[in-house]
Amino acid sequence: MIRDFAEKEVKPLAAEIDEQERFPIETVEKMAKTGIMGIPVPTQYGGSGGNNIMYSIAVEELSRVCATTGVIVSAHTSLCLAPILEHGTEDQKQKYIPKLASGEYIGAFGLTEPNAGTDASAQQTMAVADGDKWILNGNKIFITNAGYAQVYVIFAMTDKSQGVKGITAFIVEKGTPGFTFGKKELKMGIRGSATAELVFENCIIPKENLLGKVGGGFSIAMKTLDGGRIGIASQALGIAQGAMDETVKYVKERKQFGKALGKFQNTQFQLADLETKIQASRLLVRSAAFKKDSHIPYSDAAAMCKLFAAETAMEVTTKAVQFHGGYGYTREYPVERMMRDAKITEIYEGTSEVQRMVIAAALLK
Amino acid sequence: MKIIVCIKQVPNTTEIKINPVTGTLIRDGVVSIMNPDDKGGLEEALKLKDKYNAHVTVITMGLPQADDILREALAMGADRAILLTDRKLGGADTLATSNALAAALRQLEFDLVITGRQAIDGDTAQVGPQIAEHLDLPQVTYLENLEYDGKKTFTIKKSTEDGYQILEVDAPCVVTVLASANKARYMSVRGIVETYDREVEIWGFDKLGIAEEKVGLKGSPTKVHKAFTRGVKAAGEMFETDAEEAVGIIMSKLKEKYII
Amino acid sequence: MNISEYKDVYVFVEQREGKVQNVAFELLGKARDLADSLNEKVVAILLGYNMENIADELIAFGADSVICTDDRELEYYNTEPYTQAICQIINERKPGIVLIGATIVGRDLGPRLSARLATGLTADCTKLEISETRELLMTRPAFGGNLMATILCTAHRPQMSTVRPGVMRAREKDESRKGETEKISIRFDRSKFRVRIVKTVKEKKDMIDITEAKILISGGRGVGTEKGFDELRALAAAIGGKTEVSSSRAMVDAGVMEHTRQVGQTGKTVRPGLYLACGISGAIQHLAGMEESEFIIAINKDKYAPIFQVADLGIVGDVHKIIPLLTERFTKK
Repeated sequence: MIRDFAEKEVKPLAAEIDEQERFPIETVEKMAKTGIMGIPVPTQYGGSGGNNIMYSIAVEELSRVCATTGVIVSAHTSLCLAPILEHGTEDQKQKYIPKLASGEYIGAFGLTEPNAGTDASAQQTMAVADGDKWILNGNKIFITNAGYAQVYVIFAMTDKSQGVKGITAFIVEKGTPGFTFGKKELKMGIRGSATAELVFENCIIPKENLLGKVGGGFSIAMKTLDGGRIGIASQALGIAQGAMDETVKYVKERKQFGKALGKFQNTQFQLADLETKIQASRLLVRSAAFKKDSHIPYSDAAAMCKLFAAETAMEVTTKAVQFHGGYGYTREYPVERMMRDAKITEIYEGTSEVQRMVIAAALLK
Repeated sequence: MKIIVCIKQVPNTTEIKINPVTGTLIRDGVVSIMNPDDKGGLEEALKLKDKYNAHVTVITMGLPQADDILREALAMGADRAILLTDRKLGGADTLATSNALAAALRQLEFDLVITGRQAIDGDTAQVGPQIAEHLDLPQVTYLENLEYDGKKTFTIKKSTEDGYQILEVDAPCVVTVLASANKARYMSVRGIVETYDREVEIWGFDKLGIAEEKVGLKGSPTKVHKAFTRGVKAAGEMFETDAEEAVGIIMSKLKEKYII
Repeated sequence: MNISEYKDVYVFVEQREGKVQNVAFELLGKARDLADSLNEKVVAILLGYNMENIADELIAFGADSVICTDDRELEYYNTEPYTQAICQIINERKPGIVLIGATIVGRDLGPRLSARLATGLTADCTKLEISETRELLMTRPAFGGNLMATILCTAHRPQMSTVRPGVMRAREKDESRKGETEKISIRFDRSKFRVRIVKTVKEKKDMIDITEAKILISGGRGVGTEKGFDELRALAAAIGGKTEVSSSRAMVDAGVMEHTRQVGQTGKTVRPGLYLACGISGAIQHLAGMEESEFIIAINKDKYAPIFQVADLGIVGDVHKIIPLLTERFTKK
């Protein structure tokens, strides 16, 4: 079903939204209708009642034809719905989950700052308690879905002396006084996704929008990113699969020196290796999703699947362009876009280096 | 209101190719889908469900794997699914198929029976009208749009070669629907999740209360004598000549091929 | 059922507002061949109201006799009255073969008849022949045209088939042919007339969907400009029928043609009866969208253009000279 949806509703727009750097709001509306915006959310909160394996398949299939659409769903689901669902109070869940799960609201997540990227503990955004509210000041950058999202999970330092234990999470709604959007990033890939700066200037947040405990923010952020990595790994997997599908189609048709490219052993061997890596990525991703569904610790599994799937996506797309030759370098074929899109999967929600840190830490603890 | 939609599982014929060397059909890896016109018909039923709270039953006759399209229909919003499957029903032509389906429909209550106009594997467009005849019901084929007065009358826009007709017919009746009449909705993710636990009723020949010689291969007046592919394309002819003569060559070739 | 009682080849003649549809003449031509090899007669069934002189025309196109009605109930097609009328005729006359045009009317009527008569019906036949055992061999495409099947209806009569318009050839009109015309009346059961025709509307359907065209005249870089496409449109108009103009990607990118008419990997996949490729070099993306057309003619200046590899007929020449000449020939016809 998701493949059918992706082929008919998402693929036709993929090149256009990339070209125009346009957020595909109409696709989000269609996804909302079919329940794609709330897959791993219980039906009692208006979700689809699915699990993380289904969610992973959905993000893969969407990303197979359009990585932008994949990341919109991934950021929305893994980075906003999931932490509220996991750490929110019953009131918060009742208030936000049904609207997010139905796709009426889009969700986003704000952790990264100009001076706190991979080192998320260096948060400079500050939240100060003031009676029954918090006052938030600071900037978040590279925020996916910024501007289009109504709900943001935001991290801020509430007690600098405590280090990472002084970080607290908040739910901030678009339209809150003092909350504005800054510069929109012009990106290499996933160009249809909205990536912008969030600016908080004496932004007043009601007390009930505190997510989890005061000082519990860093732990929420890390858990959320673990889940997010399954989403991004699924996106990377989809990109790789999409590039492979295009390449297979092409090498069967394209003739050089009197025979189809696919008849050359060099082509065959390279494709075999790439296909094996794609399949390995898929098993890693699904295994991490299965662990999450089964409530087995999956932090290292999520890091491994993201590391491997992202690097595979980069390799497959680079070689896909090479197989396509001159055509592959043109925008007539989607593989150049896929190559640009693949790169981000090695960077966001933890760079490949961070994934290696996580894996090694689990190994050597 | 109760609606029954007859659907069929078909190979996605747009994916079928001919092996250029052997001239045989390549069916490996060709996926099976819900026939597109039937899906259009199901959407028509689901629209009536949205508006008039109609109860929608889907029924298919086929192999056990046709369970897939019934679950797809359930995930799209159908309320009940019936799979008519029995070796005795196999090898049926359109008449025998319509006998079996009509026998099944006689066991059910309905105000409206919807079928697709035709299936993409056979393209015959016969089963719908044949069911209507067996059940002694009026039929409207090539439905493009359907309005219901909420009581008993359907007003139907029927597509014709040079325009359309507006027809009126009272329930119960049979309509055949074009895929182009509707953009079928997608299964909802929630529908898919829930469909795992829903029941697809399996009906065998015994349930139908019909004579064995009316169905399956025995009940089929038409039989396939032989089947063949069109064969491999021969190399074309080339001419390099002046315009006048070229036109002559083209005209005679078109006549020879009955294109004009 | 005593099969030997059933003989002669009957053709259902579809008329709309008193005008016989071409497919009826085509069926009469085929019926004539079949009847001749069986040494039987061709009988036309003409249902309608107030139709003078049509019967003679049917005879001129190959019928030996015409059974006609003159009944208000049959003026416009409606499933039930037509089914009752034809069933009455078939039950009384016992034809061996009944041919029906696979028009929207024929495809509504045929299956209803076959179910009422409990006999077989083979849809959309492309070839009809008589076997050595005097049976009707009905050949039709299946699986979207990927497979052909020959069907027999051995133990039931009549043997019925529908045939698409344009598949069979009508005979030359022969005014000297003689035949009988018999007017009959139909005994209707009006209690079964349950579908009411509210209105019938004619509209010129815009054939923008190139995937449904029977003939596609497709232009590429060699056609070049808007003016060049006007030449293609003129040819399409001269040929008439379901003939449409399509384009390669290059001309869509150049803004000369709209995207809905683009053939190829990023456009539409087409399978017309005739694909006339004008000034199209034939990049693989284009070939992927049209190589399954039934007959491909390519006109191109460059004799090494890849389009010639898939063409059934290749003409090395200038489209700007050939197309207007071709248009002229069709206009004269």
